[in-house]
Amino acid sequence: MIIKVLGMDGCANCQKLKENAQKAVSELGLKAEVQKVDDINEIMSYGVMATPGLVVDDKVVLSGKVADVEEIKKLLGKEKK
Amino acid sequence: MIKAFSDWLVSQVFRLDINSKLGGSLNFFIYDTIKIFLLLALIIFIVAFIRSYLPPEKIKKLIKHRFEFIGNVLAALLGIITPFCSCSAVPLFIGFIESGVPLGITFSFLVASPIINEIALVLLWGLFGWKIALIYIFSGLVIAILSGYIIGRLHLEKYVEDYVYEIKIKHDTAKVHLSFKTRIKDALKYTKQIIKEVWLYVLIGVGVGSLIHGYVPADFLTKVAGRGNPFAVPIAVAIGVPLYSNAAGVIPIVSSLIEKGLPIGTALAFMMAVTGLSLPATIILRKVLKPKLLAIFIGIVAVGIIITGYLFNAIL
Repeated sequence: MIIKVLGMDGCANCQKLKENAQKAVSELGLKAEVQKVDDINEIMSYGVMATPGLVVDDKVVLSGKVADVEEIKKLLGKEKK
Repeated sequence: MIKAFSDWLVSQVFRLDINSKLGGSLNFFIYDTIKIFLLLALIIFIVAFIRSYLPPEKIKKLIKHRFEFIGNVLAALLGIITPFCSCSAVPLFIGFIESGVPLGITFSFLVASPIINEIALVLLWGLFGWKIALIYIFSGLVIAILSGYIIGRLHLEKYVEDYVYEIKIKHDTAKVHLSFKTRIKDALKYTKQIIKEVWLYVLIGVGVGSLIHGYVPADFLTKVAGRGNPFAVPIAVAIGVPLYSNAAGVIPIVSSLIEKGLPIGTALAFMMAVTGLSLPATIILRKVLKPKLLAIFIGIVAVGIIITGYLFNAIL
């Protein structure tokens, strides 16, 4: 599973979402890689206009909000099956 | 009710005379703080809830195929309820342009969104009354509509950074379904988060404002910044620009300065400069705008704010 956090450099909310995503992954014991994407071309390729965005296996699951660890866990659980 | 509570607190609990300097300041502080935090919680929650139905992807569709002027009006109106974090300015801009929203209409949104934000609105309403709050919204809208319209008429598309036009959205999958319960929960969370971010600024702002209310003589500013000084408005705008992140602290201070002779138009212009022309957002927009367009954008908005200042100094 590849998890991408979309957000440009210097965006505090995006950093927070990345940390939450990492926590969610380790709490669930998933084999997943959490990447931070700050290239605007790649961010836009997902059609995300409000950062931070969360992409799981190339599917946008969240945009424009910092989800907490519990919420990300739920989202990841849904995407897993 | 809040007034009675604060009177009671100052006179019975702190044993101070409400009409003394210290008692007056304290009374003012307690009353304003309670009022503002109640309003903040309520309004931020309502706006956040409504906004969950209007993500930028939907706004983009709403303003894409509009005629010039109507599009500007609609974009500015939508900008009121959808503030964006300055880190989102670039994806927002590119997303609009990519989907074919005209440049001028995009700018109407970009101008309205920060000028008219819910925090500024609550503070204006709570501290100045609804009339001034309405005047502020209305002027902000007019500035956003006209500056976007002018930028559209000037045909400045070539001053957008070239790479913007090359970006294509591949997966248009940014459609996230939220349940009613999630929306309420998110709105509550957002409200808490914003209050956590601004409470200290509000307290400091209202605190300084209260001291001014109690200790500064009533006509203190009339001579320096009153109607007699024709440069007061542009100077106020120039001071306002770097104060962006502190809108929550600035507005309570301004409200006290009005009592001390700061004309209302100058005050409005100052507050609009604080919220609307933010330094961080401008620096970020440089990533998508060539310097010339960035300068035109700042210039038009600044002139609009200054005109608003003079106008309300003259008629109010």
